[in-house]
This record gives sequence, structure tokens and C-alpha cells, in this order.
Amino acid sequence: MFGKNRSEASESAAEDRKGWFARLKAGLGKSQDKITHGIDEVIEGGAEEAPAEVPAEPAAPEPERKAGLGQRLVRAVTRRRLDDIALEQLEEVLITADLGPATAARLVSNLGRSKFDKDVTSTEVREALAEDVAGLLTPVARPLAIDPAAKPHVVLVVGVNGTGKTTTIGKLGKVFKEEGKSVLLCAGDTFRAAAIDQLKIWGERIGVPVLAREQGSDSAGLAYDALEQARAEGTDVLLIDTAGRLHNRADLMAELEKIIRVLRKLDAAAPQSCLLVLDATTGQNAHAQVQTFQEMTEVTGLVVTKLDGSARGGVLVALADRFGLPVHAVGVGEGADDLRPFDARDFARSLMGLEG
Amino acid sequence: MFESLSARLGSVFEGLTRRGALKESDVEAALREIRVALLEADVALPVVKDFVAAVKERAIGHEVLKSVTPGQMVVKVVNDHLVETLGAEAVEINLKARPPVPILMVGLQGSGKTTTSAKLGLWLKGKEKKKVLLASLDTRRPAAMEQLAVLGSQAEVASLPIVKGEPPVAIARRAMQMGALEGYDVVILDTAGRLAIDQELMAEVAEVRAAVEPAETLLVADAMTGQDAVTIATEFNEKVGITGIVLTRVDGDARGGAALSMRAVTGCPIKLMGVGEKLDALEAFHPERIAGRILGMGDVVGLVEKAKETIEQEEAEKLARKMAKGVFDLNDMADQLSKLRQMGGLGSLMGMLPGVGKMKKALAGANVDESILIRQEAIISSMTPKERAHPKLIQASRKRRIAAGSGTTVQDVNKLLKQHMEMSKMMKRMTKMGKKGLPMGMPGLPPGGLPPGMMPPGGGLK
Ligand SMILES: Nc1nc2c(ncn2[C@@H]2O[C@H](COP(=O)(O)OP(=O)(O)OP(=O)(O)O)[C@@H](O)[C@H]2O)c(=O)[nH]1
Ligand SMILES: Nc1nc2c(ncn2[C@@H]2O[C@H](COP(=O)(O)OP(=O)(O)OP(=O)(O)O)[C@@H](O)[C@H]2O)c(=O)[nH]1
Ligand SMILES: [Mg+2]
Ligand SMILES: [Mg+2]
Repeated sequence: MFGKNRSEASESAAEDRKGWFARLKAGLGKSQDKITHGIDEVIEGGAEEAPAEVPAEPAAPEPERKAGLGQRLVRAVTRRRLDDIALEQLEEVLITADLGPATAARLVSNLGRSKFDKDVTSTEVREALAEDVAGLLTPVARPLAIDPAAKPHVVLVVGVNGTGKTTTIGKLGKVFKEEGKSVLLCAGDTFRAAAIDQLKIWGERIGVPVLAREQGSDSAGLAYDALEQARAEGTDVLLIDTAGRLHNRADLMAELEKIIRVLRKLDAAAPQSCLLVLDATTGQNAHAQVQTFQEMTEVTGLVVTKLDGSARGGVLVALADRFGLPVHAVGVGEGADDLRPFDARDFARSLMGLEG
Repeated sequence: MFESLSARLGSVFEGLTRRGALKESDVEAALREIRVALLEADVALPVVKDFVAAVKERAIGHEVLKSVTPGQMVVKVVNDHLVETLGAEAVEINLKARPPVPILMVGLQGSGKTTTSAKLGLWLKGKEKKKVLLASLDTRRPAAMEQLAVLGSQAEVASLPIVKGEPPVAIARRAMQMGALEGYDVVILDTAGRLAIDQELMAEVAEVRAAVEPAETLLVADAMTGQDAVTIATEFNEKVGITGIVLTRVDGDARGGAALSMRAVTGCPIKLMGVGEKLDALEAFHPERIAGRILGMGDVVGLVEKAKETIEQEEAEKLARKMAKGVFDLNDMADQLSKLRQMGGLGSLMGMLPGVGKMKKALAGANVDESILIRQEAIISSMTPKERAHPKLIQASRKRRIAAGSGTTVQDVNKLLKQHMEMSKMMKRMTKMGKKGLPMGMPGLPPGGLPPGMMPPGGGLK
């Protein structure tokens, strides 16, 4: 996925890449501002109050946010001693990005190990944190690899309500189609009102067939038929939509298990991928989501949506650390082209408010 | 992975009771735990800071310092403050405007606006006997309008005929027109999901608001929202202007700190909560429930609910009536014992209560375990119905028979009878004191839910 057939259009790929970063940055803009501002505040605010060896007071929130250019330039080179108080404040800045108290504490103590009691600038702190985060994320930044021998490679898409499953299927379908693969979509959400129409419209939009039945029909049976059809037609990728369900609903989770069981009657290796779609706006509950979906459906990878919003999706850092599941792609908008590969370094750097 | 606040505070205060008085530094230690608990529950950092400062003010000084059980007291102060901040009083949907009363639903993508619009339509139709019209202004999401129309027909609430290609403001005007012409009481306007930082789309919905001047503009937000809740609520409030919040997916297991964040930064009441995908899964906001979750004390709520399930209301009332007459015989005691066991025994029951870690140890020390409960039930079941109703009949020879029948000793039988005496004495005293006199101030237990005789020091169990 992403970029196999792109070599011929390397120009547009470069553009795309720039586009993805720009988009992510524009999205992270707000948050980035906040994180940047937060870190600046800790380092520079603290420096102003405690320029010498005197133990630093907690940096009071800057009363005047719009500092003049001159003042900003001075600040860019302002150094502050990285003491316990500064570290604690940095930890808080990370918490506001949804990294969670535990991960934030760990990152900051790593920072402390290398830089404690040293005079640092805000940029140095951000660089160091970004590097650490990128280190955690690099192993999970892996594209969704389609097994060309599978025919079809079945991708089951799961997640709690409203995270962006159906939209992501539309976007993924488009990516695969552009890579020259044949694609079939299966409208497995037979529960939610107009979910079937929604996927059908996506199918039309990206020019890919959709197998659907009326609302209320058995989704496992439909998935089975979709797999049968895809096998008969030698389709490369079968994307199966499912109804949103909260992970704490055992009955609904059992339905997902049933879909998988039924698929395996036809192909013991199916589904080749099970994607859990997470909403970047979600806070610490993402942990419970990943844990339960992984237990019940053997999730093989994550897609994080809505990163074009003001939420930073920092919980991803903690998830990568805890579960190590691949993050295949991120959603950065509602359009068919708004899916991007997940790039650990870019994500980490924009999370910390650094230029690519 | 989340430790409940009661557990956290338990360890903070463990050493304290031994030392006696509670110092400011101890409160500080507790506040650190509260801070982490709130952050883990997704309460936004700036809100956490204000909250902790306010709790500190309330906690230090007489409230906690004078308290006998500091851990419990701090939990209570935190809980009370949380409930207050969340809005102790329910605020109803405002329909005080000239009909048709417009209600505008706004929020991020996928937060639950369309579902909630239909739920609210059903709610107003049923509870307020209103004639409601649903209208979708979502011109962007595929099949969004069809979704609302389908939900409307499921709820048997009318929806505005769909005209493709019409811009949101025009749809809103048409809905209001139809509402006025056809005598609707309320028009619910569902809108497309939008990012709080999407200036263009925020302006679009602000325009709708200006055009119809809704009586309510409800921000529909997901209970799973993280730290971004502050940005979302602030932006929607500043750019569009909201009058209330609906929290969705409360049926999930998110801690729901976003509720506190959004309420704190906007000052807008949380009016409703979505508790499922079905159209009747809408409830008035319960601050206590959300407070309990945020603090990780869903376990306390769980206890109350579990107790309610086990002891049917009717039975509890029957017992209360008997007790009011000062009657508590061995049948009642047997009932209590078996209910205690059904609730998972003393251990699990006590574990659910905040601040009873210490008591649990005392109980363990007193060797109260399920086998004792079972043995006591066996003793009672070896009695004749007459004996159970009139324990005074049980003299030496009867005691020997009961002991043999239950595989226990006369001593065990004596112990049980003594305990029953103590319990019934206590019950009488409690009845006099009124319902407030539940032992240990246990929340939510029905009268006599926990036999006071089981509690140290009055227990006298071996
Ligand atoms: N801004 C933004 N919106 C997105 C993104 N992905 C999905 N959405 C929007 O989020 C909303 C929900 O998306 P769906 O694809 O319907 O979500 P779902 O998980 O299929 O929802 P259910 O089937 O109801 O559980 C829609 O309005 C989408 O347009 C994204 O990356 N960015
Ligand atoms: N479990 C649960 N699911 C809910 C609740 N409210 C809404 N949902 C589900 O959340 C998903 C999204 O709901 P929608 O009503 O389509 O959300 P929306 O805000 O209109 O989405 P957009 O129009 O795309 O922005 C659907 O699957 C709903 O069934 C709730 O209270 N509990
Ligand atoms: Mg869907
Ligand atoms: Mg909608």
C-alpha cells in the first residue's frame, strides 16, 4: 500500500508527501502551537524568572501571549536550566497531547537522564523529545502489505462507533485501486441506519463494486458471500465494513468473532488483516479499545483518523509502546484522498512542533 | 490498568490513621493522587489544576482535619466537588420559545449528532408530548440525510423532505417554514460533523444559528474524548455559541473526564447522555454517575447496583416494615446471610466500598469468611419454622438437635443466637434512629442490607 505504483509519478509522490506533512501540520497546527507554546513557556518563561542558579519557581503562565518579534528572537536563544520543576512542567505539556500520565513521565525522565541540570533551549528540548517519540513509533510505522497470493486478501475493518471505519474503507479502496488491484467492498454494517447507502456511495465515488444486502440481514452470512464472490472473481482485496461497536459489549464483540469464524470456513487464513480504526480525539480509552479488540479479533494493525483536527492523537505513542501494533495509515480529512501513510518521524516532529 | 482513586488514596492514608491527625502535607499527597486519577480519566490539564486547587481549599482546614476517617473524607470532598462542578441539578431542554422551537445539534465528525437528533425527537415526543420535525443540514457526509430519515421513521417522528443540492442555511429556513405551517412544536436541526478548527465550516454553522436563532444549541460530544475536549468546547462555544452539552457513548467504559473539561470551560450544563445506539437510549444527565466514573469509583456505584439487583426492592420494603415493628427473626437473618453470599461474600462487598481497606483487614483478622456464612445458614436451616420465628424457644435439647442436624456444635448454635440477638437489638435501635442510621454510613444499601452484627466490633464472630 502507498507508493508501489508511485515511482512513475514521483513528482506527485513528493507533492503528496509534502501534502501529507502540510496537512498533518495544518491539522496539528493548533495542537502544535499549544505544545510548542507549552514547551517554550516552560523553558523560556522559567528562564525569565530564574536566570541564575536560584531554584526556579514554577513558570507562571505567560500573561502576555503575543510577545513582540524582538522578544521572541531573544527567547529563541533563551536557555533554562532543566531542573525538576522544568521537567514536571514538560511532563504536563505532554499530557495535554493525550500521551497519558505514565508515558509522559517516562519520556520526561529519559530527557532528564541526558539533559538534567544542563542549560537548554526550547528547541533542544523539543528535538530530544521528538527523537525519543520517533524511536518509539518507528517500529510500528508499517504500511498495510497485501498478500498478492491471497486473492482475495481480506481486510476486516473494526472499531467503536463513529471512528471512521466506513470512510477509511472508501479511502483504502481508492489507494488499492490506484495501485492497480481489483477491489470489492462488503457492506457488513447491516445495523446502523443508512450505513449501507453510505458505503454504496463510497463505492460509486471510487469506482469499486460493493456487495450489500438490506438492513438487518446477517452480516456474517454477507461476509461469507463476499469472500466467495471475491474468490470466484479472483479479486485482490476484499474490504469488509462492520458496524461500530463498543468494546465493552460482549454480545457485539461475539458477533465479530462469528464473522471471522465464518470467513475461516472458506479460507483458514482469512481475514488476512484486521484493522482497528481509532479516532485521534479519543483519550485514554483507546487503551481499552485496543486491548479488547485485539483479544477478540486478533487486530493486525491500526488506522488513526481525524488527525486533521485539533486532537494530537498522542495516545498513539503510549499504544505503540504497550501493544506494538503496526500503524498503517492516518486519516487527515473526509475526502477520498485524505489517507496518508504513517510516518513516525514526521508524526513525532509535528507532535513536538518542529519543522519536517 | 487504572487504579481507582479510593485505592490510590487508601495507600496514601494508610499510615495516617496510625499517626492520628491529618496534616496539610498529607492532603498534598492525596492531591497528587487525585491529580493523576483525573488525568488518567481524561480530564484536561488546565481543568485538573483548577479542580485540585479548589479541592485543596475545601479539604485543608476543618473538613478533613476533623474527620475521623481521612481517606473517606477526602474521597467525599472530591466527589462532592466533582458533582457540583458537573452540575448537581438537572437542566432540562429549553423549549421556552415561540413554536416551532428550533434546536440545533453541532459537534465533531462522528460524535453522535444524527443519532442524538432522532433520540431527542423521540424523547420530546414521548415525554413532552411535542410534535417534532427532524431536518438534516448535512450536505456532505454520504447518506447523512437518509440516515436521519430512516431514524426518524423508526422513531415515528417526521422528517423534512430531502431536496438535494440545497445549502444548509436554506434547509434550515425551509424546515422552520414547514414547522410553522404544519404546526410543529419543535424543529431539530442536525448538522454535518465539523472540526472545531475548521474556520469555514464553523462560520457556516454560525450562520445557521444566526438564521434560525435556536432555543438550544447542543454540542454533541463523545464521552471518550481526551484532552482536546477543552479546545472543542471552547471553539464551539466561541464560534457558534452553545447552550448545552450532550455526552454520547456513556454506555462505553471511558472514564468520561471530558464531561468535566467541557462543563468547566464553557459553563454550559450537560443536559443529556446517550447510553446506546438504540433510539430510546437517552437519559437525563446524572452527575453522580459520571463523577463516580471519573474518580474510578464506578465500583461504589456498582456496589449499589449489585445490591439493588440482589435484594429486590419489595423484599427490602417487607423487611423494613417488619423491622419497623421491631421484628427481626431468624428467617430474616437467614435471608440476610444468603444475600450477603450472593453479593460475592463479605470480601468482595467490602472491597467495593471506598476506604474500607482497613476494615477488610480487621474482618479478615476476625476470620469472617464465606464458610462461616454457609455454616450459619446451615444452622438456621436445621431449625423448625416455629423456632426460626421464635428464637426464644431454642433451649438446650433443641440446640443439641440443631447442632447435630447442621453438623456444628452447640457452641456454634449459641454464637449464632447471640449474634442474632445483637443484630435484632441493633435493628431496633436503627429503626428508632430512622433510615439514616445505616451502619458505617454505607451508601445506597437498603435497610438491613448488611447485618450490623457482621461488623466489628459488634460481630463477636470467632
Ligand atoms: N475530519 C475527518 N473526518 C473524518 C475522518 N475519517 C472519517 N471522518 C468523518 O467521521 C464521521 C464518521 O465516519 P464513518 O466512516 O461513518 O465512521 P464509522 O466508524 O463507519 O461509523 P459507524 O459505522 O457509525 O460506527 C464522518 O463524518 C466522516 O466523514 C478523518 O480522517 N478526518
Ligand atoms: N454506543 C453508542 N453509540 C452511539 C451513541 N450515540 C451514537 N452512537 C453511534 O455512533 C455512531 C455515529 O453516530 P452518528 O449519529 O452517525 O454521528 P454524527 O455525529 O451524526 O456523525 P457525522 O454526521 O458523520 O458527523 C453510530 O454508529 C451511532 O449508532 C451512544 O450513545 N452509544
Ligand atoms: Mg460505518
Ligand atoms: Mg450525522
